[in-house]
Amino acid sequence: MIDTEGLTKKFGDLTAVDDLTLHIDDGEIFGFLGPNGAGKTTTIRMLCCLISKTSGTATISGYEIGNKADSLKIRKLIGLVPDNVGLSEHLTAYDNLDFFGKIYDCTAGQRKDNIKRLLEMLGLWEKRNVLAGAYSKGMKQKLVIARALIHDPQILILDEPTANLDPEASKTVREFILQLKSEKKTIFLNTHNLDEAQRICDRVGIMNTQLKAIGKPQDLAKTVNGRRTVITIEQVSNAVIAALKKLSLKNLTADSNTLTFNVADPDKENWPAVEAIVQAGGHIRTVNVVGSDLEGTYLKLVRSEA
Amino acid sequence: MRFSKAWLVATRDFKVFRKQKNIWYPIIVFPIIIAVLFPVVLNYAQTRNEGLPAETLLDLMNSFSLFFIIGAAFIPLSIASYSIVGEKVEKSLEPLLATPLTDGEILLGKALSALLPTLVVMYAVSAVYMFGMDQVTFGKLGYYYYPNWTLGTLLLVLLPAAVALSIMFSIIVSSKVNDVRSATSYGALIFFPFIGIYLASTTHIITIDINNLLIIAGILLAADVALFFLSTATFRREEILTKWK
Repeated sequence: MIDTEGLTKKFGDLTAVDDLTLHIDDGEIFGFLGPNGAGKTTTIRMLCCLISKTSGTATISGYEIGNKADSLKIRKLIGLVPDNVGLSEHLTAYDNLDFFGKIYDCTAGQRKDNIKRLLEMLGLWEKRNVLAGAYSKGMKQKLVIARALIHDPQILILDEPTANLDPEASKTVREFILQLKSEKKTIFLNTHNLDEAQRICDRVGIMNTQLKAIGKPQDLAKTVNGRRTVITIEQVSNAVIAALKKLSLKNLTADSNTLTFNVADPDKENWPAVEAIVQAGGHIRTVNVVGSDLEGTYLKLVRSEA
Repeated sequence: MRFSKAWLVATRDFKVFRKQKNIWYPIIVFPIIIAVLFPVVLNYAQTRNEGLPAETLLDLMNSFSLFFIIGAAFIPLSIASYSIVGEKVEKSLEPLLATPLTDGEILLGKALSALLPTLVVMYAVSAVYMFGMDQVTFGKLGYYYYPNWTLGTLLLVLLPAAVALSIMFSIIVSSKVNDVRSATSYGALIFFPFIGIYLASTTHIITIDINNLLIIAGILLAADVALFFLSTATFRREEILTKWK
């Protein structure tokens, strides 16, 4: 559905996106994570044919980004929720949606049905005749999502859709995105919110000008950080520590009765550690494996750049 | 280019402009000056002593009629300046640029949204002006001077060309600056050619007759077409999205 190969964007001497290669499947929710200035919005703008690429290739449903004839077709396939809501504040919610429906050649019947369906789903139908400028931030964000979906696009691209929203509004938006997944829409989600990405994305990419990592949130955390094993014993002795040091465990730490170390594969690496502790006279009480989270992975990858 | 899509943009902008009071002040004030003030001033001059000679009256009325062209340049400035920069201020341009509309359709829509209200206002004003002037001058001239072919040519040919020129110039300026005030200020540079025509007329360098008006209109129409293509060529989505602050 979305493919990029070595996609690069430079603004003068500044490289905003460097050699981005990724593939996003039909019906997938893909989270694009990264700090401010990481090139996330620039990537979105390239995918939406709003700005040109410097080099590399990118296709959406087979249409090539950078090809003028394909640009209009790509824009028809996509619904964009930009980082700024950009509503016509002097028009009602209904008129905002109706205008965009007309641009996308929706018939009067389709517009009427889609507007009603979307506004009802987002809880805005009762306020359809209120000026968009009078809406709260959360309501505006919902309206922008409805606007992006007015032509029933196959691909939805969202740039920070829950930024600046209160928890309740964020939850509504997240639930709505998950609802769209059940409609088999492909969703490209730019977000700072790691918890959100972990909850709703099938896969995530961590971006900091270059794509640092890509994968399922849980797999990514394992791959990048590994996992930590926590063993509690009656008393940590020098003999136990010396025995464990022989195993070259990563990030081994110890206090009076807890030993902690990193493992890539707990099934293979924990057993020798347990054996070594027992042979050194340690009395084990518990062995636990603690998974690393996406936040740790993100911070590790982003900070390694600094 | 699909005219229907440009019309969509224009009708959306009409709805927005209806609720923007600050856009309407120049649209209302300048026409009132032309339609009311000029007949009143002439009436005042007529009532003092023996009044103005018929020849002077005709000269003055011809000069006054050129204010329609100056007005045509002035009135759409606020709408046209708002059309791009205003969207930038509301940040509503990015979603519009992300739609399958072409640059030409967006710009033509913006131009229409400024052109049509201006023409409606100017034609309404011209009716009031002609009626007022005829009432004031009938006694001296012995006939109704308006309507006549000269003013008809000016209103039906020269005026739309002048409005279009002002709009295209404003749109080009608007896509290069960051706020409505700057857009209006720079856009006002378009006055100078029209003031030049007015001065050339009052100093008798050119005569206001149908032939000369058609020549001027032809030049303006050629400039309109050139500016439209220039505006689409200089309308850079990327620059608007990445460099506007």
